[in-house]
Amino acid sequence: MNFNLHDLVLLAPEDFLLGATCAILFIDLFLKQSQRALTHWLSIAALLGTLAIVLWENEPATTAFNGAYVHDAVASVLKVFILGIVATVFVFARGYLRDRKLFIGEFYTLMLFSTLGMLLLVSAGNLVMVYLGLELFALSSYALVAIHRDSGVATEAAMKYFVLGALASGLLLYGLSMIYGATGTLDLAQIHKVGGVGVNGLAQHPTLFAFGLVFVVVGIAFKFGAAPFHMWLPDVYEGSPTAVTIFIGSAPKLAAFGMAYRLLEDGLGTLAPHWSQMLAALAALSLIIGNLVAIAQTNIKRMLAYSTISHMGFLLLGLLNATPAGYAAAMFYAICYAIMTTAAFGVILLLARAGFEAEMIDDFKGLNQRNPWYAFIMLLAMFSLAGVPPLWGFFAKLLVLESAINAGFLWLAIIAVVMAVVGCFYYLRVVKVMYFDEPADKSALTLPQDLPLRWLLSVNGVALLVLGVLWGPLIGWCYKAFGL
Amino acid sequence: MSFDSNLLSLLIWLPIVGGAIVSVLGVGNANRARWLALTVSIVVFAVNIPLLTGYDASAGTLQFQESHTWIAAINANYHLGADGIAVALILLTTFTTILVVLGAWDAVHEKVSQYMAAFLVLEGLLVGVFCAMDALLFYVFFEGMLIPMFVIIGIWGGPRRVYATLKFFLYTFFGSIFMLIGLIYLYLHAHSWELADFAALHLSAAEQLWLFFAFLLGFAIKVPMWPVHTWLPDAHVEAPTGGSVILAAIMLKVGGYGFLRFSLPIVPDACQEFAWLMIALSIIAIIYVGYVALVQEDMKKLIAYSSVAHMGFVTLGLFIAIPLLRMGGDAQTAYLGVQGSMVQMVSHGFISAAMFTCVGVLYERMHTRMMRDYGGVVNTMPWFAAFWVLFAMANCGLPGTSGFVGEFMVILSSFAMNPWIAAGAAFTLIIGAGYSLWLVRRVIWGDVTNERVAKLKDINPREALVLGLFAAGVLFIGVWPEPLTHLMDASIKHIVDQLAVVKI
Repeated sequence: MNFNLHDLVLLAPEDFLLGATCAILFIDLFLKQSQRALTHWLSIAALLGTLAIVLWENEPATTAFNGAYVHDAVASVLKVFILGIVATVFVFARGYLRDRKLFIGEFYTLMLFSTLGMLLLVSAGNLVMVYLGLELFALSSYALVAIHRDSGVATEAAMKYFVLGALASGLLLYGLSMIYGATGTLDLAQIHKVGGVGVNGLAQHPTLFAFGLVFVVVGIAFKFGAAPFHMWLPDVYEGSPTAVTIFIGSAPKLAAFGMAYRLLEDGLGTLAPHWSQMLAALAALSLIIGNLVAIAQTNIKRMLAYSTISHMGFLLLGLLNATPAGYAAAMFYAICYAIMTTAAFGVILLLARAGFEAEMIDDFKGLNQRNPWYAFIMLLAMFSLAGVPPLWGFFAKLLVLESAINAGFLWLAIIAVVMAVVGCFYYLRVVKVMYFDEPADKSALTLPQDLPLRWLLSVNGVALLVLGVLWGPLIGWCYKAFGL
Repeated sequence: MSFDSNLLSLLIWLPIVGGAIVSVLGVGNANRARWLALTVSIVVFAVNIPLLTGYDASAGTLQFQESHTWIAAINANYHLGADGIAVALILLTTFTTILVVLGAWDAVHEKVSQYMAAFLVLEGLLVGVFCAMDALLFYVFFEGMLIPMFVIIGIWGGPRRVYATLKFFLYTFFGSIFMLIGLIYLYLHAHSWELADFAALHLSAAEQLWLFFAFLLGFAIKVPMWPVHTWLPDAHVEAPTGGSVILAAIMLKVGGYGFLRFSLPIVPDACQEFAWLMIALSIIAIIYVGYVALVQEDMKKLIAYSSVAHMGFVTLGLFIAIPLLRMGGDAQTAYLGVQGSMVQMVSHGFISAAMFTCVGVLYERMHTRMMRDYGGVVNTMPWFAAFWVLFAMANCGLPGTSGFVGEFMVILSSFAMNPWIAAGAAFTLIIGAGYSLWLVRRVIWGDVTNERVAKLKDINPREALVLGLFAAGVLFIGVWPEPLTHLMDASIKHIVDQLAVVKI
C-alpha cells in the first residue's frame, strides 16, 4: 500500500465537493433565515464547480488508491449528469421548500453529501468503495425523506425507506462478502480476472461465487426499484416532500446504473450469462407490475413511482445485453429517464403552493386553459415518458429494445413494447386531464415569480423535444465512454 | 445548397415552424391565427410547384434526395426522397390542409391558435412520412403524427371525444410498435436503416413471415382493414370536421403507402404466401363493411364505414399484384392493380374529405349528425345539395368522377386473377350506390319535415370555395386521370418490377 499525491488530484471532483460541502455546512451555521439564499446559491455553485472540474479533468482512464477509485469515461459522463441534475433539483425545489418552511441548510448539505456518495459509487473500483459510496448516498437520502419532521406521511415513508434500504444494503453486503470469500480479493478488476477460480490458487468456490452474485443482483434491484424489490418505491415517492421525490427519482438512477455497471461488468463480467438471465426476469416483472399498477393510481407522484418501476425494466433491457453497446444504451436510458422525471416533477413543484401539493392527477384539470406553456411542458414530459417519437424517451427505448433483441431476448422486447402501450394509457390520462377536461377554476394561474425555476423548467421540457431530434452527440458520447 | 435540393425539408419544416409561430402569435387573437395559418398553408402548397415541375416523371426514380447523417452511432440518416407516388400524396396533403384551415374558419371558436397549429404540425409530419427513405425517420413521423391528432380529437371533438381519442391513439400505437420490433430486427441484419438496404436483404421464409405480420399489424390498423377497423368510426364520429378530413384523406393513406414501401419490397415472398389472406380481408372489407355502412344512422359513421370499404380496394390492388406477377407472369395487369390502388388513394382522399366537410357544414348549422333529423335540405340549401349529390355519386364510383377510375382499374386487374374476386369487388358498385344514394335521399331529397331544416341557410362563399375545390379535384381526376397516372406511372413500374425477384 502506498499513498501517492497524484491520487488526490484524480479525485479532484470529490475533493472539491467534499470541501465545499463542509464549508457550506459551516457557513450556514452563521446565516439568519433571511440570508438562507446564500446557502442555496453556494450549493449550486459547489455542484457546478465540481461539474467544471469533471469536464476539465483530462486524465486518461486510470485508477487511484490501489484500484479503489476508478477514473474513466463512464464515470465522467455519469458524474456530469448527476451533478447537473442535482443542481437543477436545487433550482426547482427552492420555492417549494420556502413555502413549507423547509428552506433550511440541512436540506442542502444532505443533498450534497448524498451527491458525493453517488460520485464515489460510480467511480468505485473495489467492493468496499461500492459499499461506502452507496451508504453515504443512502443514509443522506433517508434523512432527506424525513426532513419534513412534523409530517406523519413523510416520517412513515422515511421509516419504510430506511428499513427496506438497510435490508437491501445488508443483502448486498452479504453478497459482497461471499464474493470476497470466493475470490479472496476486494478489487473489482481482480475479481473479474480470477473469476470463480480464486487468487493464489485458492480452491474454487463456484457455488459461493454464484450465491454472492444472486445477493448482489438483489441489492442492485433494490436500489433500482426493480420488481419484485420495488415495494419501497411508491410509498417513498408519495410520502416524501416533492422536492425530495424529484431528487430520489432522478439522479440516483444514474448512480444505480453506475453501481450495476461496476459490480456486474467490472467485477462479475465473467458471470454475464448468468446475471443477464436474472436481469431478464427482473425486467419482465418490472415492466408488467410497474405499468399495470400505475393505471390504478390517482396520485401523480405514486403514478410516477410505478412508472419508474417500469422504466427500470426498460433500463435493464440494455444492461442485460452485457456488451458495450448495451451498456451505452442503458446509460443513455438512465440519463434520459432522469431528465424526463425532473421535468415532470418540476411541473408539479411549479404548481404546488403553500397548502396545495398539486399531487393528485385531478389537480392538473384544464391546465391548458390556465397556463398553456407549462401544460405543454408536461405534455412533452408525458409523451416522452410514454416513448412516443419524436420525443427523447422514444429513442432511449429504441436503443434498449435493439440491445435486448440483439442479445436474443426477443420475447422480452415484445413484453416491453406491449407494456409500453399499456404505459401510454396512464401518461395519456394526464394529457387528457390537462387538455380535455374543464378546469374547476377557470382563472389564469398565478405562478410563483421564481424566474430561475420557470426558465430552467422550460429548458428542461424543450430539451426533451430537441434531444429527441438531435440525440446523436449524446449517444455518441455514451458510445465513446464504452470505447465504441 | 440550392433551393431545389432542400425542397422536401422545406415542405416538412415550414408547416411545423409555421405551426409553432401560429400557436405563439395567435394566442387571444383568433383572426390573426386564422390568417397566419392560411398564409402558411398556402405558402407550403406553393412550394409544391417546383416539386411538381422539377419532378421527372418519366424516370420514376427517387428525386429531390437529401441525405445527412442523423445519428452516426446507429447509422440512421436524415434521408428524404420522393418518387411519383410520394409527390402525388404530398400534393394531396398540402392541398387538403389549406381546405381544412379554410373549413374551420367560422366553425372553430375555441383555442383557434392551437387548432390551427396542430393541423400545420400534422401537415409537416405527414409530408415527412411520405418522403422519409430511412426507416427510423419514417417511424418517427409515422408515430409523431399521433400526437397532434390525439390532441385534435380530444380538445375539439364531440361528446365522447376522450374515449374516441384514447382508442385511436392506443389502437394505432399498439399496431405500430410491433412494426418497430420488425424494423429493429431488420436494422440488426442490415446495419442501416435505409429502406433500400432493407429491400436488398435476403430473408428466409420464416423471417419474412414474422416481418410480414409485424408490418401487417402496423399498417392494417392504419388503413384500416377489416377486422381492425373499429377505432375508425369512433374517431371519425367524435373528431371535429377538420380532424375527420385529415384522418380520412391522408392518415388512412399512410397505411396503404406503408404496405407499398415496406411490405411489398422488403418481404415480397411472404406477401405472395399470404396474398390470399390480404385479398380475403380486402373483399370482406369491401362487401361486409359496405353492408355495415348501409345500416348507419349517423352520417359521419356511414362515411367512415364507407372509407373502410373503399380502402379495401387499395389493399386489394396492392396484394393482387404479387400473385399476378409471379404466377401468371402478367406484369401489365399487376401493374394496373397497383396503379389503380394508388389512384384510389388519391381519389378517396378527395371524396371522403369532401363528404366529411359536407357533414361539417350541416353539423355547424343543426348540431346533429343523425340522418333522421334532416330531409329536404335541397329546398333550403340548393347549392349545397348540388355538391353533396356530386360527392355521393363519386363515392359510389360513377364514371366521370375520380371514384370510378381507381376502382375500375383494380376490378379489371383482379379479373385477370380470378373472376370471382372481381365479382366480389364489383359488388361495391351496388352496395356503394346503396348507401350513398340512401344518404342523399334521406338528407337531401324529400319534403322538409323538420322546421329547423326549413330555417337553414345555404352555404356561404367560403364554404362554396372549399367544396368547389374538392369538386374540382374529384372531376379533374375523373375526367382526365392521365396527369395523375403519368406522375406515378414510372415509379409504380419500378416497384412492381422489384416484386418479381424472389428473395429467399
